Amino acid sequence: MKATGTAHKYGDHIDTDAIIAARYLSTTDPIELAAHCMQDIDAGFVERMEPGDIMVAGENFGCGSSREHAPIAIKAAGVSAVIAANFARIFYRNALNIGLPIIESPEAAAAINTGDEVTVDTEAGTIVDHTTGQEFRFQPLDGIAAELVEAGGLVPMVKEKLAARK
Amino acid sequence: MNITEKLLARAAGRDEVKPGEFVNCALDLVLANDITAPIAIDEFYNMGATAVFDPKKVALVCDHSTPNRNIDAAAQTKKVREFARAMGIPNYWEADQGGIEHIILPDKGLVLPGDVVIGADSHTCTYGALGAFSTGVGSTDAGAGMALGECWFRVPETIEVIYTGKLQPWVSGKDLILKLIGEIGVAGARYRALEFKGEVIESLEMAGRFTICNMAIEAGAKNGVVAPDEITLKWIEGRSQREPVVFASDADAQYCRTVEIDCNVLEPQVAFPHLPENTKGISEVGDVPIDQVVIGACTNGRLEDLREAAKVLEGRHVAEGIRCIVIPGSHAIHLEATREGLVERFLEAGCLVSTPTCGPCLGMHMGVLAEGERAIATTNRNFVGRMGHPQSEVYLASPAVAAASAIAGKIAGPED
Ligand code: SF4
Repeated sequence: MKATGTAHKYGDHIDTDAIIAARYLSTTDPIELAAHCMQDIDAGFVERMEPGDIMVAGENFGCGSSREHAPIAIKAAGVSAVIAANFARIFYRNALNIGLPIIESPEAAAAINTGDEVTVDTEAGTIVDHTTGQEFRFQPLDGIAAELVEAGGLVPMVKEKLAARK
Repeated sequence: MNITEKLLARAAGRDEVKPGEFVNCALDLVLANDITAPIAIDEFYNMGATAVFDPKKVALVCDHSTPNRNIDAAAQTKKVREFARAMGIPNYWEADQGGIEHIILPDKGLVLPGDVVIGADSHTCTYGALGAFSTGVGSTDAGAGMALGECWFRVPETIEVIYTGKLQPWVSGKDLILKLIGEIGVAGARYRALEFKGEVIESLEMAGRFTICNMAIEAGAKNGVVAPDEITLKWIEGRSQREPVVFASDADAQYCRTVEIDCNVLEPQVAFPHLPENTKGISEVGDVPIDQVVIGACTNGRLEDLREAAKVLEGRHVAEGIRCIVIPGSHAIHLEATREGLVERFLEAGCLVSTPTCGPCLGMHMGVLAEGERAIATTNRNFVGRMGHPQSEVYLASPAVAAASAIAGKIAGPED
């Protein structure tokens, strides 16, 4: 996956209530969820962002509830990748499962600023900040996490497993 | 090996596992609720599944916005109910058998020591109190779990938390876990297991252990666990036909970190907005006026919690202008609390007593906050907007502190 977009930067411990508040959880429609993405901490986000833009955050991104509505809202809003110093565990799994590209890079997360033009290349394992000219390398995924991305998410992976059992 | 490693090794059919390894584990229970099940059900069908792996090992609990708060919520509950019927899942309950998922599943004997459980709810870690490996996942993982009966995990490193000394009056499980989160932070146990031990845990009743393990996720942990002992085995008696599998950590078990907490000097704790790690001892809180008090949730909605609150409220009255909402964690608890006279005591003290629901805990219904309002709650999260308006505030504390605050009209300890 290779994507270029404008960075939108947030701090540490961005929780799933901030990404999509519970009052919007009586639906599972991605478009409706996307309309309220980041609303409580950054009310203008949805209007400001362009499809393909990149979200950048500090430590423990996606902490809190297990709601898959959070990565779904981010993905449906048009975000092409999330770069963070690190991710909360359930969010990390959910993002891999639904095919939202996520990258752990404390260096990039610290250096990139809101408004920077950023390119992410998951095959090459690089992040380029065109605004500052900085380049960052990150660790590729391993084990089942890598297999999940390879398969295109958990749904196709389980589909194959179930077919093999028959 | 430590207890978490032993639990995962058994479910993976292996003699040994090490932190960092990927394992595929057989599941003893898969849970989803009215918020997460609708997506899990869609993905279950998208995976091409037509039947759940074992109907008895699936539980679907509608608790977040029930009794249904609006038409959309009613449609979600209906979808879950119809799926349960179609799949022959016995562990779906209507109101008279219902309650908050993390309270009713152990109460009904659906989780035992030795089990491996996933739930599409982050507080699924609660059942570690029984000596199970239990962790929260998202909806797609739950859908896969229902279809396959298995789930992959990376074996976590474990932090051991040793509580020493003796609990002081009015100090409970909630204070023990808030203190720990204050020490290590909301990411302090990220990707890791928390193993709770020490003399204080050994003499703690199950209600307190559930509260502690419930908030393992607030330290970022994958799971929390307490070694099963006499207290555990006595508590599960008569709840299940299945046999428990009791594990204990070996003498040479490995831990990545040890945290010790001296309970001789531990006072009731309060977590300030907007993170559970912003804890202070009750003596350092200062003057914090409140508008609302919530006593309940999967953290502290058990009978023992209601008794503690009732003890503080006995013969006293909620301060003028304060809304104190008490929410029993299940219908069974509501009934028992009524029989014991607790409900009457709450009503006499000026509290509202709600039917079981998550409700205000996640700002859904039954006690949502307006802009600028402040609540003290026995819930587990105080993120921005958690209980309502983004400019409202939630302070976390034990039932005793919440009840004392309701009487004082500001945050106060039970001895104030
Ligand atoms: S009571 Fe609160 S924390 Fe517990 S399951 Fe319900 S919403 Fe989640």
